[in-house]
Amino acid sequence: MIECKIKVTLGSFILNANFKIPDQGVTVIYGSSGSGKTTLLRAIAGLEESKDGYLKLGNLIWQDETTFVETHRRQIGYVFQDAALFEHLNVRGNLDYAIKRTSVLNKEYINSIYSLLDIESLMDRDTKQLSGGEKQRVAIARALLVKPKVLLLDEPLSALDVKRKNEILPYLDSLHNQLDIPILYVTHSQDETSRLADHLMLIEDGKIIGSGPIDEMLTSFDMPLSHSYDAISIIHAKVISRDPDFNLMRLEFSGGKFVVPDNGLPTESLVRIRVAARDVSLTKNKQTDTSILNIFPAVVEEIVPEGKAQVMVRLKMNEVVLLACLTRKSSSTLNLENGLNVFVQVKSVAILS
Amino acid sequence: MINEYDLSALIVTIRLAVVSTVILVIIGTPLAWWLSQTKIKFKVIIEAFIALPLVLPPTVLGFYLLITLGSNGPIGKFLESLGGNSIAFTFTGLVIGSVVYSLPFVVQPLQNSFSSIGKRPLEVASTLGASKLDRFFSVVVPLSRSGFLTASILGFAHTVGEFGVVLMIGGNIPGETGVLSIAIYDHVEAMEYGQAHILSGGLLLLSFLLLICVYVFNRRFSILRSAER
Repeated sequence: MIECKIKVTLGSFILNANFKIPDQGVTVIYGSSGSGKTTLLRAIAGLEESKDGYLKLGNLIWQDETTFVETHRRQIGYVFQDAALFEHLNVRGNLDYAIKRTSVLNKEYINSIYSLLDIESLMDRDTKQLSGGEKQRVAIARALLVKPKVLLLDEPLSALDVKRKNEILPYLDSLHNQLDIPILYVTHSQDETSRLADHLMLIEDGKIIGSGPIDEMLTSFDMPLSHSYDAISIIHAKVISRDPDFNLMRLEFSGGKFVVPDNGLPTESLVRIRVAARDVSLTKNKQTDTSILNIFPAVVEEIVPEGKAQVMVRLKMNEVVLLACLTRKSSSTLNLENGLNVFVQVKSVAILS
Repeated sequence: MINEYDLSALIVTIRLAVVSTVILVIIGTPLAWWLSQTKIKFKVIIEAFIALPLVLPPTVLGFYLLITLGSNGPIGKFLESLGGNSIAFTFTGLVIGSVVYSLPFVVQPLQNSFSSIGKRPLEVASTLGASKLDRFFSVVVPLSRSGFLTASILGFAHTVGEFGVVLMIGGNIPGETGVLSIAIYDHVEAMEYGQAHILSGGLLLLSFLLLICVYVFNRRFSILRSAER
């Protein structure tokens, strides 16, 4: 468990955050710009002074009434928005800077980091010759060479264009899958959040407005993310078989099986499926003469109006929660009400890893 | 062509400039670093005080130094009470005068150079496990190379070129406090224009070359920096 009590005042802005998050997996700290998410990360790193703060990671105490561990003794990996490689050193020099100051490294670990981020080919390049994506890869590798207790990433993709983003996302996926340290990831991108987060913490005007597992946070009507036209649900599934005739694969989850275009993922791999609420429609009876492949039985759990013309419906397919965004008219035509058995039709999905 | 008197002046001058420059960098570096980082309110007063030699007539500075360092001055008295001699009219006194006089020429380029680094590289270094002192030597110093070079050259050249302060506290003792700028003055007084030409021309050339170094280095550096963007 990571326990934090943080209070930072910067001019007229006050960050007052009190939270506990799991010490494994990726926690995304999500908020608009100016909400204080970067300040929060800086305070965890000790770069921002937190008055009467409390910081505990597992059984390590970084700050309490009597202790304040300085940044350079915290053993944290911090990746800044702009990579911030040292200009006076080349790639190797930047990495050696961390290696020289970390006593607990062995050759095996160093090499595993290099291969995780494909560093070897960049080794002798000057930092000025790197693309934005390459810079971030070096910055992440450098941060990991501290052998950190926690990896803090401050909007690592925000300075990159779409092409570079897609270039670096697979590396972030592998961090997610292969590191056993907690990762705190600051972003205001829903895309990155749905792809990487295990746990989500929402921050607004310097306050934490909610924190919990990603699938619950996205679909809870108490949280703002479920009330937008862009609302999504995340479903965890496993590749179980493929249909080579039509180049499709089957993904099993607790509510049924999705059929999606085969993207080459090996059988047995675990994937995340992202379903946009507006791509979900409901029928009372199971349709047979339809082009839609993904149809599952579900139960209506709750319906809330969304604007003047729409409603957001939360459905349960066995244990899995799914949002559907419908017009108020459709909802009334179908006589939707809590507890009703329906069929969901999912028009399209995105496979996230 | 160059007589013994001039040669000793040349040696004293170079010795003075080298010693002063070394001391200036040693004193100026922490001072400039502190000025670049501090947020205290009276910072401007300290900056203005350090910059005083830029505008003050050197004779004024020399006069006050003479008063403080001489055998009746506070520092002079203190030194005599320890059994030493007054340091006015000695090489040591000259070094002290030069350091005070050239301080802004060293502090300002260093301070500019330190400020331009910004906070980020230091924050990065601390997340990578570097302590305060380690950060200074592994990040600030290498990123301020051009600042150190400019500061040293300007400190050196300015010390070579000083006249007023030296005249007031040096006393022009050959081999001890007699420097080139005063030797030139003496030659002119004695109508020895030939000697004055040799020394003046030499100083002119030296100063010009040193300044070219400063500009070349700063230009190369700024081109390198802008190329990154």
